[in-house]
Amino acid sequence: MAITNIKNLKEFSTANERFEGAHLLCPGCAHSMIVRELMNATDDNLVIASNTGCLEVSTAVYPYTSWDTSWIHIGFENAATAASCAESMYKARKRKGTLPDPDAPVKFVAFGGDGSTYDIGFQWLSGAMERGHDFTYICLDNENYANTGGQRSSSTPIGAHTSTAQAGSESYGKTQRKKDMVAIMAAHGAPYVAQLSPNKWKIMAKGFQKALETEGPCFINTVSPCTTEWKFDPKDTIHLADLATDTLMFPVYEIINGTELNILYRPKNVIPVEEYLAAQGRYKHLFKPENKHVIERIQKDIDAKWEYLQRREEARV
Amino acid sequence: MAKKFELNEVEVWDGNYATSQALRQAQVDVVAAYPITPSTPIVEGYGAYKANGYVDGEFVMVESEHGAMSGCVGAAAAGGRVATATSSQGFALMTEVLYQASGMRLPIVLCVVNRSLASPLNVRGDHSDMYLGRDSGWINIDAFNAQEAYDLPLCAFKIGEHLDVRLPVMVHQDGFTTSHKAQNVRPLQDEVAYKFVGDYVPVDDMLDFSRPVTHGAQTEEDWHFEHKAKQHKALMDSTKVIDEVFKKFKDLTGREYKRVETYYMDDAEVAIVALGSSVETATLAAKQLREEEGIKAGVVAPRVFRPFPYDLIRDALDKESLKAVCCMDKSAPGGAMGALFNEVSAAAYTTQSRPMITNYIYGLGGRDFSIDEAKRIFKEQKAHADAGHITTPIQQFSGVRGPKLGFFETKRGN
Repeated sequence: MAITNIKNLKEFSTANERFEGAHLLCPGCAHSMIVRELMNATDDNLVIASNTGCLEVSTAVYPYTSWDTSWIHIGFENAATAASCAESMYKARKRKGTLPDPDAPVKFVAFGGDGSTYDIGFQWLSGAMERGHDFTYICLDNENYANTGGQRSSSTPIGAHTSTAQAGSESYGKTQRKKDMVAIMAAHGAPYVAQLSPNKWKIMAKGFQKALETEGPCFINTVSPCTTEWKFDPKDTIHLADLATDTLMFPVYEIINGTELNILYRPKNVIPVEEYLAAQGRYKHLFKPENKHVIERIQKDIDAKWEYLQRREEARV
Repeated sequence: MAKKFELNEVEVWDGNYATSQALRQAQVDVVAAYPITPSTPIVEGYGAYKANGYVDGEFVMVESEHGAMSGCVGAAAAGGRVATATSSQGFALMTEVLYQASGMRLPIVLCVVNRSLASPLNVRGDHSDMYLGRDSGWINIDAFNAQEAYDLPLCAFKIGEHLDVRLPVMVHQDGFTTSHKAQNVRPLQDEVAYKFVGDYVPVDDMLDFSRPVTHGAQTEEDWHFEHKAKQHKALMDSTKVIDEVFKKFKDLTGREYKRVETYYMDDAEVAIVALGSSVETATLAAKQLREEEGIKAGVVAPRVFRPFPYDLIRDALDKESLKAVCCMDKSAPGGAMGALFNEVSAAAYTTQSRPMITNYIYGLGGRDFSIDEAKRIFKEQKAHADAGHITTPIQQFSGVRGPKLGFFETKRGN
C-alpha cells in the first residue's frame, strides 16, 4: 500500500516502493524524493512517462529499471505527449472493451526536468495541456541542464553561474530572469497547477494527490535542489529547499482553474535571499562588490512576486 | 460500436480518401495527427468518420508532426492499434521519433503522401521524404495508385503487428499524382477488411498492470549494438511475413502484390527501375515501345523499399537478355548517386550478367514525368546496349532547364 496520508517520515521511509532504490541519481539529488512521494501519493496503477534528463538516464539503463510500474521514455521533449496519448489509448480501449483489467484504476503522469519543461519540450507540454487529457505533469526543476553538465535553461535565475552563462570578469552569470512556468500553465486553464517543494513534504503529498484526483491536465513545478550544479554538500539538499521556501525564492502555492490562487506555505520568518545564495557555489560571484546590485535585484523581484501572489490570493481572480 | 459504412463494389476515390477508409476499417484505436499538404485529406477524412460515429477510437489532433509521432509511440506502448499520416516537412519533423518508434519495436502505421522537402518550399510530389526516412528502421511499402493506397495500409497493419515482426510500417503514395487523383477503387466491406487485418495483439502492454514494463530504456556501448543488430535482423526477416500477408490478400481479393513488381521483364533488353506512380508511366512507355518500335523494354519496381528486396531485384535483373538498366530517383541526391541506383547496383553486382546501370534524377518538386520522357530514357538505354558500353555519364538529370547535367563516368567496356 502506498502512504497516501503521511503521518511521519519514518513511516514514509518504509512505504511501498514502486520506485526502486537502486538508481544512478547523484547522492543528495532531490529528484528521487519527489518521485517517491508522487508514487506513494496513490494506490492506483501508474503509467509514467519521462523526458530525457537526469531522472530518465539514471533509472532505466538496460538491463535494469528502477520502475516497478508502467514506464516510457521516448525523447527529450515528448513525455507529455507520450503520457497524454497513452491516456487516449486507455479511453479507446476502455470503450472497446480491450483492457486487460477494465476496472483497474490508473493515473497518467509525466516527468520532465526544467530543460525539457521550460525549453525543449515546452510546445509538447502546451499541446497536451490544451487538449485536456486526464494526466499530471511534474517538472523536477533544478534550474539548469544538469544531465549535460550544468548549462543555462530558461528556468535558471538571474545571476546564477552556469557553463553556458558563466560568471567572469565581464559577466555576473545569467542576465535573464527565470520563466514563470506556473503562470503559463495556469493560463492554459489547467484545473490544478502548483509549485511545491520536497522540504514541505506533507504539502507536497497533498498537492500530488489533488493533481492526481483532479480530472484534466494538471501541472506541478517542484523545486529540486541540485547538489552537483548548485554546488552544495549532498547532505544539505533539504536545507537548501528550506532556504528556497523560506526566502520565498520558491513560494509554495497552487492555482485552481487558472484563477483561485492559494498560498500553501507562509514562512514565519522570511529569510533574506543572501542566505540562500551564500549556501550555493553557483552564486559565489554575486558577493563581489561589483555584483551587489544583482542580489538587490533578486531580493526586489522576490518581494514583488510575493506581494503579487498575496494580492492574487486575496482577489480570487 | 462504430456505425457500418455502406460501400459500393466500386467506389471513385482518390489515394488520400482510399487510405482514410483503410484506417477506418482497421478500427485504429488512436490516430494522433497533424495536417500537412498533400496528406491532409487523410486526417480530415478520419475526422469526419469520428464526428459521425464511424470510428470508436480516439482522434488526437496534436500540435505538430513531432507530437503526432510521439503520440503514436505513447499510444502504441499502451497496447492498441495506432496510425497517422504525413508528408514532407511534417515527415522531416517526425524523423527523430521515427527512429524511436522502430527502436522501441512499436507497430505503428504511417501513411506518407510523398512530397518534396524545402528549400525552396514546394508542396508537390517527389520522394525526398521517403528517402529521408529510409534508414529509420521502418518497413516501407509503396503504393502506385489509389487502389493500392487502400489495399496496402490494410496489409501494413497485418505485417507490422505480426508477432514475428513488431515493426512500424510506412505506406507511401505520390503526392497529388496518387493522393488527389480519383480512380476506381474496389474496397472490401467493413467486416471483411477488419477480419483480414485481425484484432490487435498487445505486446509489453503499459495498461497490463500485472506485468510492469519499461519502454525506451537507455543502452550505451555495452548493449546498444546488440539491440540495433536485432532490430535490423527483424527488419530483414520481415520479408517472409510480407510475402505471406500479400498472399493472403491475393487469396481474399485476387489482387496480387509482390515485394518487387516486374512488367515485361521476361525478354527485356532495357529496363527502368522506379518507384511510385512513375512505375505506371514507365510501364505504358515500355508497352508502346514494344508495339511501335520493337524495343524490348521492361520495368522493375520495388513495392517494398525497406527491407530492400535485394534478392528479388537480383533475380529480376539476372537475365542474359538484359543489357542496360536505368534507375530513376525522384529525390535530390545531395552529392551522391540516387539511393535507388545505389541499392539496385548492389543487387545487380551479384548477378551473372551484370547489366549496365545508369541513374536519372527526375521529377523533383512535382515536375511531370511523361510517357515520352520514359520512352526517351528507354531509347538511351537501348543505345548503351547497342554500343556495348554506357555512352553517357552515369548520373544525369531529366526534365530540368539549363545545361545538361552529368556526373561520374564508367571505365567499363569502352
